[in-house]
This record gives sequence, C-alpha cells and structure tokens, in this order.
Amino acid sequence: MTTLLWLQASGCGGCTMSLLCAESPGVMDLLDDAGIRLLWHPALSVETGAEARAILQDVAEGRIPLDILCVEGAIARGPAGTGRFQMLAGTGQSLMHWVGLIAARARHVVAVGTCAAYGGVTAAGGNPSDAVGLQYDGSHPGGLLPPEWRSGSGEPVINVAGCPTHPGWVTETLMMLAAGEALPLDAYARPRFYADHLVHHGCPKNEFYEYKASARELSEIGCMMENLGCIGTQAVGDCNIRPWNGEGSCTRGGYPCINCTAPQFEDPSHAFVETPKIAGIPVGLPTDMPKAWFMALASLSKAATPARIGANAHADRVIVPPTLRKPR
Amino acid sequence: MTEARLVVGPFNRVEGDLEVTLDVAEGRVTRAQVSSPLYRGFERMLEGRDPRDALVITPRICGICSISQSAAAARALGAAMGLAPTPQGALAAALIHAAENVADHLTHFHLFFMPDFARPAYATRPWHARTVERFTAMEGSAQREAVKARAELLHVMGLLAGKWPHTLAIQPGGVTRAPGPREKARLAATLRAFRRYLETVVFGGRLEDFDALTSSAALMRWSGGDVALFLEIAADLDLQSLGRGAGRYMSFGAYPTEAGPAFAAGTWAAGVLGPVAPEAIREDLSHAWMQGPAAHPLQGVTEPDEAMAAPGYSWCKAPRLSGQPMEVGALARQVVDGHPLAVSLAAEGGVLARVGARLLELARTQVVMERLVGGLTPGASFMAQGTMPRHGSGAGLVEAARGALGHWIRIENGRIAGYQIIAPTTWNFSPRDADGTPGPLEAALEGVAVEGEVPLAVQHVVRSFDPCMVCTVH
Repeated sequence: MTTLLWLQASGCGGCTMSLLCAESPGVMDLLDDAGIRLLWHPALSVETGAEARAILQDVAEGRIPLDILCVEGAIARGPAGTGRFQMLAGTGQSLMHWVGLIAARARHVVAVGTCAAYGGVTAAGGNPSDAVGLQYDGSHPGGLLPPEWRSGSGEPVINVAGCPTHPGWVTETLMMLAAGEALPLDAYARPRFYADHLVHHGCPKNEFYEYKASARELSEIGCMMENLGCIGTQAVGDCNIRPWNGEGSCTRGGYPCINCTAPQFEDPSHAFVETPKIAGIPVGLPTDMPKAWFMALASLSKAATPARIGANAHADRVIVPPTLRKPR
Repeated sequence: MTEARLVVGPFNRVEGDLEVTLDVAEGRVTRAQVSSPLYRGFERMLEGRDPRDALVITPRICGICSISQSAAAARALGAAMGLAPTPQGALAAALIHAAENVADHLTHFHLFFMPDFARPAYATRPWHARTVERFTAMEGSAQREAVKARAELLHVMGLLAGKWPHTLAIQPGGVTRAPGPREKARLAATLRAFRRYLETVVFGGRLEDFDALTSSAALMRWSGGDVALFLEIAADLDLQSLGRGAGRYMSFGAYPTEAGPAFAAGTWAAGVLGPVAPEAIREDLSHAWMQGPAAHPLQGVTEPDEAMAAPGYSWCKAPRLSGQPMEVGALARQVVDGHPLAVSLAAEGGVLARVGARLLELARTQVVMERLVGGLTPGASFMAQGTMPRHGSGAGLVEAARGALGHWIRIENGRIAGYQIIAPTTWNFSPRDADGTPGPLEAALEGVAVEGEVPLAVQHVVRSFDPCMVCTVH
C-alpha cells in the first residue's frame, strides 16, 4: 500500500479538476488498482476541520508514514516572507509552513502543475504574493526548498508541470512511483515520458507548418507559429500524441500552444496570441533547428506552398480537399 | 449560558481555502465570520498587460469555473472593442459554458455535498446504509459513476474548446474552432449518453418530468434515482429550514445567444422580480484586508493590507447591490428565470432550496445544451474579428455554476489600466460591510445548531452554496 497526501497551495485547483477527467479507468479506480491510498485530499476527502488537522499533524510528526506528497499550487511567501497570503485555515499557520514540515517526511514529493513546479501563473505579472515553486523559482533552481534538497527516496521534487496537467501525466507518475519504477526526469525535473515530446508532435496543423501556410487571425486553421504566438515547436508535452478530454488539445481547439509546461511561461514579454517579430521575421526557432537552415527551408517551403494548403490556411475549415488519385 | 468560539478549518470539499469562525451560545451560532485565507492578486497581475492576455490569465483564477472566467473576460473585451460574437459563435460559446456548469453541478452534488450524510454520526438514520454505499467519499458507487459521466460529458470540451480547464477557445468575436457536421453529430451523441446517465442514475425519471415540478411539496414526492435519496434525507433532517438566506437573489442571465439568454437576468426579492442595475454595485472594503474606499468595480482597486489588520478578517471584498448583499447561484438563476419550482424553493431559501434548485438546473441545462447543439450550423461563421481600442472600458457579466460573475476592464494606451472581478462566492461569502451587515453565508449560519468539533449542520449550510474560494479572492 502506497500512501498519498495531496495539499492545495496557492493555485486554482485546476489540476485536481483535470485529474478527475482521467478515463479508462477513472482516477478513483486507478488509485485503488495501483494500491495507492489517499490519506487526504482537500477536494475529495470526507475529513474536514479538526479531523483534517489531525491527519496533517500525524503525517507531519511521522505517526503516519507518507510515501507520496502531491502539492498543487505555488508557495506564497508573502507578505515579507511570512507566508500569510495563504494560511491553512484552522491552523494559524501558513501553507508554506505546512508544506515544509510535510515534505520533510515524504519519500517522494510531486509538484502537480506549473504553479507548484515553478511558480506559474500565481507568480505572474510582478508576482503580488511572492510565489515560488517547490524547488524552483521560475527557471532558477531553489524555491521553497533549496536546489540540493532531496526527498526520502533521494530524489528532487518531481515537476509534473502543465497548466493544467494532463490527467495521464499525473496518474502515470503516481503509478510508477507506487510500483517503485525509475522515473527519469529532464533538466527541469519533469518526467521524461511526456517531456521528451514536443507539442508539435502530432499537431494536426503539421502540413500547414511544413509550408509555413500561416493563420493570420484566430479561427483560421493554418499554422499559428508565424503570427499567433504558437510555440508548440519548442514546448514540451505529448498533448497532440495523447489527446485531452476525448480528442482535444490547444492547437486542435484552434488556439496557440503557450508553452504551459515551461518555467516562466506566464510572462512571455509579448501578448500570448501574437508572435514577436524583428523586421517582419518571427523570433523563436523550433527546438534543435539551426537558424540558417530554418530560414532557408522556410522561405523555400513557403514559396512551394500548394494552392490547397494556402487556401485552407486562411479559412476556418477545410475548403479545398486533397486531390484524389485513381489507382492504376 | 455557555459561550464558545469555534474555528472550522481547513474547510474542505469546497473549491479552495475557507475558514469559518463561529460564536456559539447554548448550542447555536450567534455570529459567523467567514474568511478567505488565500490572496494571489490576479487583478494586479493584469495591470500593464496587453488586454488580450486577460483571456489567458483570468481562466487560471479557477480550475473549476475556468470557462466562466473565459466567457466573462471575452465579453468584457468585446464590450471595450464594440465587438459581439457571431450568432453561431455565441451559440458554441454558450454550449461550452453550459457543459462546464453542468459538470460543476454534478461534481458539487456527488463529491462535495452528499458525502457528509455518509458520516457515522448519521448511522441510526434509515437512509444511512444506502448513503454510505452511494456517497462515501472516494468510495461510493454514485461518486464513481458521476466522475465517469462527467469525464465523458467533458468530451464537449475536447471537441470545441481544445481542453478543460483553461481554454483560449472563447474569444470576444466567438470561438476559435468552427465545428463541422461530424462534430455536431458527435456532440449530440455525447449529450444523449449524458442524458441517459442523468435519467437512469441521478433522477430515475425523465428530465422533462422533473422540469415540470411546480412546488417544493411536489419535489418532495419525486421518487427516482439518487435525487430521491437526497430528498429522503432532506425531509428527515429538515434541510428545508436549515441555513435560510435573506431571500434576495441576483442573476446576470446565462447562455446569451441571438435569442436572448437561456436563463433570464434580474433580481428577485420577496416575490418581486426586478432588473439588475450593475452600475449600483459597490465593493465595500471595511472588513477586508484591502485598502481604499468602497467603489464600483470600474473605479475599484486591489491594494492588499499586508498587516492584515482588524477589523479586516478576509481577503474577500464585500460586494453590495444598492447597498444590499445578494445571494447568487442556481437558486437565484432559476427563481429569476421564473421557474415555479424555484419560486417555491426561494420562499424557503435554505439548504434544500439551494440543492434542489441546482438539481432543477442540472435537468434544465441538459435540455438547453441539446437545443444549442441542434442549432449549430456547420458552414456558418463562428468568429468575428475586431480591433482592440487604445482606450476604452467594458464589463463582462456572465453566470458561473455558482452564480453571477463580473469582469470590468479599463484600457489605457493599449494596456490594461484596471481589471476588477467580482466572483459568485465573493457575493455569497462576503464579509461584513461598513454597516455591519453580514454576507449571505454569515447570515445563513446564524442560529444553526452546533455540536462537537465538526458541526454537521454547519457543513451542510456552507456546502449548500457550492462555494468556490479560489474565485472569491482571485
């Protein structure tokens, strides 16, 4: 039996809401089947008030062993380092205080969502509540916990980043931890099983991308990289390999990838839905693409754009179907 | 006479952080103080940004009302731009919004509200064993069925909105994805499956028959599904008279399309319907850890009092309409829309009324969603384009699952100069105002019986409002 405690720090609760969208099986069956016992979850457990405080106290003082601590939401350190922008109701102590106590008892600590991992949207625009991630402050190592901190199992905080997280990212992380399997992490401590992919992989706009047949405005179905701020060619995530809510993803929904799995995605220094340009040329290259080659290929492919693809890119649906060939 | 002060927290199975402090005398609440202990400062984050960024940032206030925040931001930007969605864009946005609200009602009933009745404290009640089987937290068979049905309903989001929560699909001019004929067919299939679940499991009867109920007494005779189990509990525990509100309700009107809103806008007090006058809204800061004068949201500011000084006791401001607190939510929406069952329930105004009206709205919104899908016209334009003004202002008033949600934006030099949000639970869980008038929950808790460290009646009253605390302070 693996014990799991879930705390909601300074965030929107959306990663829990997304987790409840897990399917085949649903999240409750999945946890049962994986031998994971939820000690307490603020949105799902029956225990409230004094009952919940007793559970947290027992875990913090080691009377209940804790295998996995999941924290959703950033850690509010303000005002003036007190953490009082988020008090854990009924305890007279800040959430910052409680997370520190309980993290020290956990075999594994999982930051669920970009807020818990790096600060995320809670740290946006001047960071009014002085929020940080568990072990990162934006892209800088060291958040609530210092860079060298390790959980009981000897690992850093596992950053299941995403805004929100895909239910599969969270459930698969938990299942692998419960089974004692290795969980390789990337340089920002994200599980590689989803962070080794780019959002671009499997994007249905790939044919438009190939020819730089670009949408000019939202609702046009062309590639959104050139004009509309899409950074799916640089953002990590398997969003277009495994869909969301049945068959969705951001780019399938007709709006750009805003790199929500990355540190500091919340402050891109330009409007989210507009690609910054210098002398008319978009800033930002696809990951691992040499600039000169990208420029050369882009101008060549743009010149070679088939009429069908160019026409469709500027429509809100396919208006020119692919030409059919008769088998010989 | 015994007097005591009881601090209830962490108050869970609500969305976000909540602390309730109760003064108790002779076993009853004499005074309640409702505190939102989380401040993030979204309104401050938005200042100086490109106005369009509000569509990325504001949905992330809340993971459960994310679409509502999107819809309000899109409407506020649209008002500033002088841009309305195309008729089909409005229809698709309404469908996306309705799906979220229905999912939220389902989540509230099954995961947040009902599990308290499975507690051992009710072991002697005739309905307890069935409630344990159906609604025990994390275990109950009804909970698991609801989570499955909800996840499948939210395929509407995968088809139309990319993902849920936190979509960028809803824009001032409509929606970013134009559904075609096959999307329309698939949406209809998803809704038919959801109706089958509602009719066989939740209601145990036809939704139209539930919608045809005209009084609280008729409601109590409903005998199907988990709804009947709730009604049996409600009758046994007298949830009818528990946690009565002041009976002043407000709705901004839900799911606007070319044909007008599916549920009307207005106010309702003591049987009298009236129009909503958003210009009569003021946010009072006297008991909030906020600095500044009471103001209309277009003039309002968000200046946290870092000393958290008394008499402040919450990060939540106290919105008032013409000086009065208003209750918002499904009951408010349905009574303002004039549904006879809701009118009958509104006269009671307690826990049964709030939960009963939410169930009524669950049934009615399914029908609304079916109508919206039926009205989708593949090939039409789903999004109009517009330009953002250098200077301007606008309001976006929508209905989240939990009630009236407003965004007010001021744009100067092409940037956001001011952004104020009043969320449903800001209304319902507001602290006192300068006159000392308590917020709706604070008033509803007065007189409630308190036993032990986890007073169950208090749990039922608080959860009957379906609070969303992350929206409350934002």
